[in-house]
Amino acid sequence: MNEPLRSDPPGYATAWLARIRRERARRRWRVLAALLACLLAGVVLTLMLGQSLTPLVTVLRVLGGADVPEAEFIVRELRLPRAVISALSGICFGLGGVAFQTMLRNPLASPDIIGISTGASAAAVFAIVVLSLSGPAVSIVAVVAGLGVALAIYALSWREGVTGARLVLVGIGLAAMLQSFTAYLLTRAPSWSLQEALRWMTGSVNGVQLEQALPLLVALLLFGGLLLSRSRDLETLRMGDDIAAGLGVRLTATRVIVIVAAVGLVAFATAVAGPVAFVAFLSGPIAARLTSRNGSLLIPSALVGALLVLLGDYAGQFLLPARYPVGIVTGVLGAPYLVYLIIRDNKSGGAL
Amino acid sequence: MSSPSLLVHDLMAGYGERAVLDDIHLTIPPGRNTAIVGANACGKSTLLRTLSRLLVPEHGKVLLDGHSIHRLPARRLAQQLGLLPQSPIAPEGITVLDLVSRGRHPHQGLFARWSATDETAVAEALEATHTTELAERAVEELSGGQRQRVWIAMALAQQTGILLLDEPTTFLDINHQIEVLDLLTDLNRERGTTIVMVLHDLNLAARYADVLVAMAKGRIYGTGTPETVLTQQMVQEVFGLASRIIEDPVTGKPMMIPLGRHVASQVAIGP
Ligand SMILES: Nc1ncnc2c1ncn2[C@@H]1O[C@H](COP(=O)(O)OP(=O)(O)O)[C@@H](O)[C@H]1O
Ligand SMILES: [Mg+2]
Repeated sequence: MNEPLRSDPPGYATAWLARIRRERARRRWRVLAALLACLLAGVVLTLMLGQSLTPLVTVLRVLGGADVPEAEFIVRELRLPRAVISALSGICFGLGGVAFQTMLRNPLASPDIIGISTGASAAAVFAIVVLSLSGPAVSIVAVVAGLGVALAIYALSWREGVTGARLVLVGIGLAAMLQSFTAYLLTRAPSWSLQEALRWMTGSVNGVQLEQALPLLVALLLFGGLLLSRSRDLETLRMGDDIAAGLGVRLTATRVIVIVAAVGLVAFATAVAGPVAFVAFLSGPIAARLTSRNGSLLIPSALVGALLVLLGDYAGQFLLPARYPVGIVTGVLGAPYLVYLIIRDNKSGGAL
Repeated sequence: MSSPSLLVHDLMAGYGERAVLDDIHLTIPPGRNTAIVGANACGKSTLLRTLSRLLVPEHGKVLLDGHSIHRLPARRLAQQLGLLPQSPIAPEGITVLDLVSRGRHPHQGLFARWSATDETAVAEALEATHTTELAERAVEELSGGQRQRVWIAMALAQQTGILLLDEPTTFLDINHQIEVLDLLTDLNRERGTTIVMVLHDLNLAARYADVLVAMAKGRIYGTGTPETVLTQQMVQEVFGLASRIIEDPVTGKPMMIPLGRHVASQVAIGP
């Protein structure tokens, strides 16, 4: 064992490592391709299926702009906005969630658990009910509130540095307060339907319009791009702050960028679809299982998030005995995992 | 690669209100092997953290080749100075290859792809630490000794002129301790890497280091060759321990024999 240091590794060692890397990259691409295929299939299926079945050819013709009077309204006005908003908001939740979980090295530290989505939602309701705002203005208020909540959690859990566990507890407390604030605001808007109220309590894509997709897409390109540019720094942060800093990661700058980008993504999605329960929380861990923790989780989580919202909404509309908004379906999916994590005591850090 | 010089001038550092280090002046000799010794909680880790910029000093300077490390871009510093903290924790599920490859982080730009240079650096690091066969294993499944060698491999892959290691041998059995110290000596001799390591075992420190730095209560008690630093008086004043220093019959280095209460009462104490 104690032979001297060899400065030239044999060529075969380098070649072998390169082969391991290629093999892992191939496996990663296979998972990504499969997820993307599922997402596309999911979008197409939700465009075809509903109260009535629209054949694929008709769907494609409607999308192509053809005049198909019997299917045009259903596909273009009812199903398409739902599918597009579901996919886009799911991508935003998935990205924002896994960014927080990775940065704080804690699966519980996702924006929907620690109150950031709840804050964005409360602010959106406030903007609509009290300030009578609408459209992108609501999104802006939601983003500002989301950042405010993030800052408040950080400040409240600061005690010579911030530990993930304390931050999670403070965040859960804030989330509960903000949730009751939203409920209070909703009682002041009695003209709202139950559906509308449910959107802001648990998340829903009922009645969304295609125009709402544009701000979401812009937010995704901007904040998502920002987050992806920090992908390698995020991976290095998993090794702990000291090691990451020793490897040249600028801790504060990276944290600020990741928080702003992730909060921006989550808040924009929340302003449209409400705080769709547990999508941010679940996407990362599911993506980690699917990829066997091979490479950055950002893109796999984005795809998983989109699938969760899309399929959750479809299940809520057509597969269950009554119609439920997507947030109730994803909430039921996520709750057991949350309980499991809390029981597991959150000490070992978790799956990320 | 000639190692950069590292110089500490009039340093004071701590956590919040509490000053842990005070009045530290230190020159780390380039291309040599320096061991820091001292009692628990005297500030050894704090000193290494300050040297590697994890901690901002209250006042005083740390100069790398004459430039304050606090003015250097983070990546530039990480290309020249590596740190292995005390008992690092590997992320769940990470493989040895992934962990060691992280060492290349400071050498990669925003969009730079994994290069042949990176691959060679990782292969060398694995080879030097005899961990090549472990490449595909999960780090958490390894034994303590294997894991420590993997962390050192990560630091080697960083290919810095200076390497700071905080207690690299703690929790290892004696065979693995020697193995790690031999490896660091090889690195020092063959590549000229400046090594600064915190060690608990005074005899191993005296044997492997060119320079010993003894710390007590946040200050430098003394620096110099093992022969000048490892004295009965130092062991008494720094560790509060009565001892005898003899010459190691094999290496000729000073060797400390702790006396302890029972032996001390039986022998006449004195130089
Ligand atoms: N993160 C921290 N916050 C506050 N005090 C700390 C921290 N880390 C270490 N200390 C204190 O600083 C002193 C020196 O610690 P350290 O440098 O770790 O000692 P050593 O490595 O020599 O055992 C100790 O009293 C310790 O309690
Ligand atoms: Mg220490």
